[in-house]
Amino acid sequence: MSFLLDKMKKMEPLFEKGGRFEKLHSVYDGFATFLYVQDKVTTGGAHIRDYMDMKRTMIIVVIALIPALLFGSYNIGLQHTRAFGIVDWSLMQMFWFGFLKILPLILVSYIVGLGIEFIVAQIRGHEINEGYLVTGMLIPLIMPIDVPLWMLAVSVAFAVIIGKEIFGGTGMNILNPALTARAFLFFSYPGWMTGDKVWIEGLTKGGAIDAFSGATPLAVAKLDGIARMPSAMEMFVGTVPGSVGETSVIAILIGALILLVTGVGSWRIMLSMTLGALGMGLLLNLTGGNEYTRIPAYYHLIMGGFAFGTVFMATDPVTAAQTNTGKYIYGALTGILVVVIRVFNPAYPEGTMLAILLMNVMAPLIDHYVVQANIRRRVKRVRTA
Amino acid sequence: MSTVIRLRKGLNIKLAGKAEKILLPETAVDRFGVRFADFPGLTARLEVREGDRVMAGTALFHDKAYPEIKYVSPVSGVIREIIRGEKRVLTEVVIDRDGNNRVDFGIADPLKLTREEVKERLLTSGMWPVLRQRPYHIVARPGTVPRAVFISAFDTAPLAPDIDFVMANVHGNHLQTGINVLSRLTDGKIHLSQEAGGSRVAEVKNLTGVEFHQFSGPHPAGNVGIQIHHIEPVSKNEVVWTVDIQDVVALGRLFDTGFHDRERIIALVGTGVRHPKYHRITPGASVGGILKANLGEGNHRVISGNVLTGRRIAADGSLGFYDNMVTVLPEGDYHELLGWATPGLKKFSYWRSFVSKLLPRKDYEMDTNLHGGRRAFVMTGHYENVLPMDIYPIYLIKAIMAGDVEQMENLGIYEVAEEDFALCEYIDPSKSELQEIIRSGINLMIKEMN
Repeated sequence: MSFLLDKMKKMEPLFEKGGRFEKLHSVYDGFATFLYVQDKVTTGGAHIRDYMDMKRTMIIVVIALIPALLFGSYNIGLQHTRAFGIVDWSLMQMFWFGFLKILPLILVSYIVGLGIEFIVAQIRGHEINEGYLVTGMLIPLIMPIDVPLWMLAVSVAFAVIIGKEIFGGTGMNILNPALTARAFLFFSYPGWMTGDKVWIEGLTKGGAIDAFSGATPLAVAKLDGIARMPSAMEMFVGTVPGSVGETSVIAILIGALILLVTGVGSWRIMLSMTLGALGMGLLLNLTGGNEYTRIPAYYHLIMGGFAFGTVFMATDPVTAAQTNTGKYIYGALTGILVVVIRVFNPAYPEGTMLAILLMNVMAPLIDHYVVQANIRRRVKRVRTA
Repeated sequence: MSTVIRLRKGLNIKLAGKAEKILLPETAVDRFGVRFADFPGLTARLEVREGDRVMAGTALFHDKAYPEIKYVSPVSGVIREIIRGEKRVLTEVVIDRDGNNRVDFGIADPLKLTREEVKERLLTSGMWPVLRQRPYHIVARPGTVPRAVFISAFDTAPLAPDIDFVMANVHGNHLQTGINVLSRLTDGKIHLSQEAGGSRVAEVKNLTGVEFHQFSGPHPAGNVGIQIHHIEPVSKNEVVWTVDIQDVVALGRLFDTGFHDRERIIALVGTGVRHPKYHRITPGASVGGILKANLGEGNHRVISGNVLTGRRIAADGSLGFYDNMVTVLPEGDYHELLGWATPGLKKFSYWRSFVSKLLPRKDYEMDTNLHGGRRAFVMTGHYENVLPMDIYPIYLIKAIMAGDVEQMENLGIYEVAEEDFALCEYIDPSKSELQEIIRSGINLMIKEMN
């Protein structure tokens, strides 16, 4: 493979300062470092460095998303056949149908998002940040499959520029960029983000068989009552309508396992968020209040975007609480909020996105108090000494 | 005996190239150097010129802020060169060895001297700089009386020498005298920390006038700063001193023999040397002699000290003032195709995404490649895992980067040295220079506090 390296080295001067393609330096650098770990050596401090870098970190998250993507593709096909009364499609047919439907979403998300990242890196003179590799995959997975591509492009641009870059780029943002994109669509084009049409491919154009409703389990519970909800098993496996990647708890759990085994995702957040939601659900089961409080507590863990949000969104290290103690508090409060929004908010059946975004904003405050406690310990030591 | 303090946090880097427990006879060294960068925060005033003759113990320069602190020649000879770097900043005083003349500071029993007399003797003999203080991890300021003195009697850094082996082979029985010297300098205790199980060396075991502590756990358990944190942490307006155990011997030797003689035993380690073994050498001596015919093939980096905190030197550069080892590693100046995506069978890592984590292998070859590019901080919750202190590393780092002195103080700047953050720097996927940031924070504190 050394001809590749030779070729790359030969091209390098073109992209350096004064070279013909100087303005594309960040693009060259992005691809070159992707292809080869560079020959850069340590200069000060520790002479050896761990093999772990941002590329590997981010790619692990992308890999963890693949089960959800694969199942999501299949489920698009499956829901389509159900909606339109198709009975003779094989499993592979359903998968390819879905995969080809989601592929444009993925492409638009990456092209728009990475394009902006390249431009910003060039302006700032930074190397490309790998954070968008994850964001770019997350965004299509939390969209309804029928979202128009231009809307997707606008929301991606909004999320990357307003949600991330104006704060200083990856590592500095307050809100999870993928959820920012979704929230932008949610409030700008609510017709495309809610209801019982958008979750099924082709349904917005009409033509479904009569008995079919494309509503998500959460919407069913809200509109038609708990008794009409899909079975727990169906929701766990994921053969229900919903955003592309969120429906299958099994696929998400495989992803969670990858994140936990590699230590890239925070188990503290996943655990405390699950316990928070479960605890709040149980509490509401006991107190009662409205129809919705009677949903079995564990349903909250397998309905809607909870599992996906817990594993892939709330754990974003940049926007979550950063202290270990803070992570428990942040996770638990997020879990509680998800259930509270779901049960008591009359407008939206789902609460995961808003709960996580709200807690993203609160996370620095939680950390502040945790750090203050550490400071108080140190001050106390002086007095007693 | 005291109970064992068990530390869970930290990381033993399984680096290949450990020294065999064989002590080689001393090799003659004809070039010595004293490097100014070994003493952070020092502004030096020279006392010699190129061509001057010096004895072992003749002052070469002193501290501008504390003129009584003298830095002396480790050897008898002629000043060959005073090297200056950019903006004429002093870099190194180079001495060609010649003759065997030593300044005689006279024999004395420290226990029969007053504190002032002991201090005077340490200052004029150039032995004072072996005393370092926390906060700031700099040469102790003579005006203060430390709350306590801390000595670490084990080293957990990658490929570090076995201190028991060193102490069993060190020349003369001066350790107790050294402890006696220290006992004259503080009203508090002298704490000596050992690995769980204690020392097998009689001279260490039978020491009097010290309080023994035992630690177990991975690196950085052997860092004296970590030990202080768990024994009696340094708070604002407090000062403690630290001394390397081999320098305690040198302190004793000064009083027992009258001479400034810091000869010590170091480990020569790393996959870049053919025969990693122990050597007798004096700080300042060129390592060219012990490396000659011992360097492996290829492009190597010679480091005075360990791989985490040491200083890069030339293949005939001089051993750092405080160093007890020399590490030689291959340079990592190569490209690796899709290197970030490999399963990592042969790549030791803190991170569990490398298959090597599951393998029982004991040591791994490593080089100086950065393995990635500089990024903003993204990962959280891992730096804490390799810093066994009640400190939030990234919050302290960010306070330093923001120049927020009050917050730095609140978050524990007084307790830390750059070496304590070396592992955070090693594991950092964002490839930040954390040790450099910590030192800049300490420098800022020194400036603000004066």
